[in-house]
Amino acid sequence: MSEKLINLENIHKDYGGKTVLDNLNLYVRDKEFVTLLGPSGCGKTTTLRIIGGFETPSAGVVYFDGKNINDVPPNKRPINTVFQNYALFNHLNVYDNIAFGLRIQKVRESEIKDRVNRMLKLVSLPDYGQRSIDRLSGGEKQRIAIARALVNHPRVLLLDEPLAALDLKLRKEMQRELKAIQQQVGITFVFVTHDQEEALTMSDTIVVMNKGRIQQIGTPVDIYNEPKNAFVANFIGESNIVPGVMHRDKLVSFCGRTFDCLDGGFAPDEPVDVVVRPEDFEMVPPEEGQLTGTVRSLLFMGVHYEIMVETEQFTWTVHSINRADVGDRVGLYLTPDDIHIMHRS
Amino acid sequence: MKKNKLGVLPAVPYIVWMAIFVVVPLILVVFYAFTNEAGGFTLANFSQMGSYTKVFARSFSLSAVATAICLLIGYPIAYVLSKETPMFQRVAMMLIMLPMWINFLLRTYAWMSILENTGLLNTLFDKIGLFDLINWIGLHLASDPGKYVPIEHFNMINTQGAVVLGMVYNYLPFMIMPIHSVIVKIDRSMLEAARDLGADSKTTFRKVIFPLSLPGVLSGVTMVFVPSVSTFILSRLLGGGTTMLLGDLIEMQFMGGAYNPHLGSAISLIMMLVVMVCMSIMNHFGDGEDTAVML
Repeated sequence: MSEKLINLENIHKDYGGKTVLDNLNLYVRDKEFVTLLGPSGCGKTTTLRIIGGFETPSAGVVYFDGKNINDVPPNKRPINTVFQNYALFNHLNVYDNIAFGLRIQKVRESEIKDRVNRMLKLVSLPDYGQRSIDRLSGGEKQRIAIARALVNHPRVLLLDEPLAALDLKLRKEMQRELKAIQQQVGITFVFVTHDQEEALTMSDTIVVMNKGRIQQIGTPVDIYNEPKNAFVANFIGESNIVPGVMHRDKLVSFCGRTFDCLDGGFAPDEPVDVVVRPEDFEMVPPEEGQLTGTVRSLLFMGVHYEIMVETEQFTWTVHSINRADVGDRVGLYLTPDDIHIMHRS
Repeated sequence: MKKNKLGVLPAVPYIVWMAIFVVVPLILVVFYAFTNEAGGFTLANFSQMGSYTKVFARSFSLSAVATAICLLIGYPIAYVLSKETPMFQRVAMMLIMLPMWINFLLRTYAWMSILENTGLLNTLFDKIGLFDLINWIGLHLASDPGKYVPIEHFNMINTQGAVVLGMVYNYLPFMIMPIHSVIVKIDRSMLEAARDLGADSKTTFRKVIFPLSLPGVLSGVTMVFVPSVSTFILSRLLGGGTTMLLGDLIEMQFMGGAYNPHLGSAISLIMMLVVMVCMSIMNHFGDGEDTAVML
C-alpha cells in the first residue's frame, strides 16, 4: 500500500478565468479506497474528470504508475468510470452494455460471455443479460454501470457520486456492497461524494475539499477526530466551534474558563478555534459542570436527543442519550481529549 | 393521475378537423377507386394499373435516390452542427429553413432559370471557357475530327437529374431537422462513457451516436420520401414532362385532359399503400428505438 498509483502534482484548473482547482497535490495508492469529499462546486468532480482524462488540467501533471499521462485520452487510460447518471447505452441491452468495452478490445465472444456473466453475478443480477436498460430500476442501473466498468479489469475505478440518486435504504446497501466489491476485485477506487457519512463508512482515505483546495487528507478516524480546520470540523459531522485563546501547550481558555487539552505547538496566547463534537459532552447536574446553561430546545433523533444548551457566551449543540426538558439548568463536562484546537482560518 | 375535468373536450376541434379533412376525403378516395362513372362497383380501375408500372417505378426510384442524397448530405450537416455552440446552431438552422419561407413555385422557377440551356450555369460555364476547353479536348481525342459535334451547353433541365435535384433542394431541411434534433439530445455522458470504455471517436460514432440517431434518420427519410413520391410540379417544371411521376399522373386524372377521378383515386390508393409498406419496413429496422416522428 505504499506505491503511488496516481499522483496529481500542482494541478490548476480554470474555466473561463474562474479557478476551479487551485494547486492540488494528491496521490492515490494501489488498491486504496479514496473518497473526494466536499460541498458541490468544491472541485471534486473536476479532479475525478482530470484523472479519467475528460478534462485537461490548465497546469500541473497527472502521473499514472510514474508516467505523465496528461496527453493520454480517456480511451487509452487503464481507468474506468461509473458516471453519476450511469450513462448506460439505452440502445443496447444489459449484456451488450457490459460487453461494450470488451468488444472494443476485440476479446473473443466466448470469453466475453464468461466475463459478462461473472460480472452479473458479482453485482447480484444474474439472468439480467437480455433486459433492456429502460426496464431497470435506479439501483439495478447502478449495478450494471459498475459491472460495465469493472469487466474491463481497470487498474482504477472512478465513481462520480454513484449513489446520489438512490433512496436512503438502497444507498446504505450499495455502500456496503461497493466496499465488498472493492475488496473482492482488489483494485483502486476513487469515489466522489458530498455525503460525509458515506465517506466515513467506505473509505481508506478521505480527501476533504473546499473551493478548489484540499482541506485535509487522512483516514476517516483522523478526519473525524482531528479535523484540521473549522471547515473540516463543520463538514464532517456536527461541531461546536468557539473562539478561544491557547495560553500555552495543553492549556486553552474559552467561554470564560480554562480547560486542559491535549494539543500543543501554538504561540503563547494565540487566538484559536476550539471544536467540540456534540456527542463528546457529558450532561451532568449544574454544580458538577465546567459550563452551565439552560436547555433551549430538545429534538428526539432516534438513538439520542439533540439538545441546545444556552450558556452565557454560546449555545452548544449537545447529543445525549439522556433527556432534559426545555428550561432545565444543566451542566456540561468535558475531558481533555474532547477538546480540539485549530488554527484560526 | 388526476383526471382532466374537461375529459376529451379539448380534443374535439381536432377530431372534427380530422373527420372533415382526413377521414371523409379518404373514404371518398376509396369510394371513387372502387366505382365506375355510373356509380357501380368495379375493379376495372385497378386492372388498368399494369400500364402505369413504369410511372410507379420511376416515382419510387427517383424519390429513393433523392432521399438517399438528402441523407448523405443532411446527416453530416446535422452531426457537425450538433457540436457547435447553441447560438451557432440556432442561426444555422434558421439559414437552413430560410429557403422554405420562399414560395415553392418561385424556388422551382429559379432552378429552371439556373439549369436552362441558356441559363445561369451554362452561361457561366461558357464565360469561363469550359465548353471551349471541352471541345478542344474532344476535337483532339476524336478519331474523325470532321465528325466531332462541338457542345454548346450541358443538358441539365428536362432531365431526371434535374427532378432529383429539385427534390433534394426542396426537402433537404426536412432531413436535417429531425436528425439534428435527435443528435443534440444524445446525453453527452454517454459519449464520455464510450470513450471511457476504450472507444476512439470513430468507434464512438459507429457504436453509440449513429444507432442513437436512427429515430431521427427514420423521421427524416419519411419526411423526404413521402412528399417526393407524390410531387408533381417538380417533374413538370424541371423534368419538362419527359419524366412523368405519380403526382403528374394523378393530377392529370383530376385536372387534366384525361379526366377520370376513379382511376386517379385508384392510383392514389395504391401509392398510399406502397408508401405505407415502405415506411413500416423502415420502422421495423428501427425497432426498439424510440418510435420515429411520423408525419
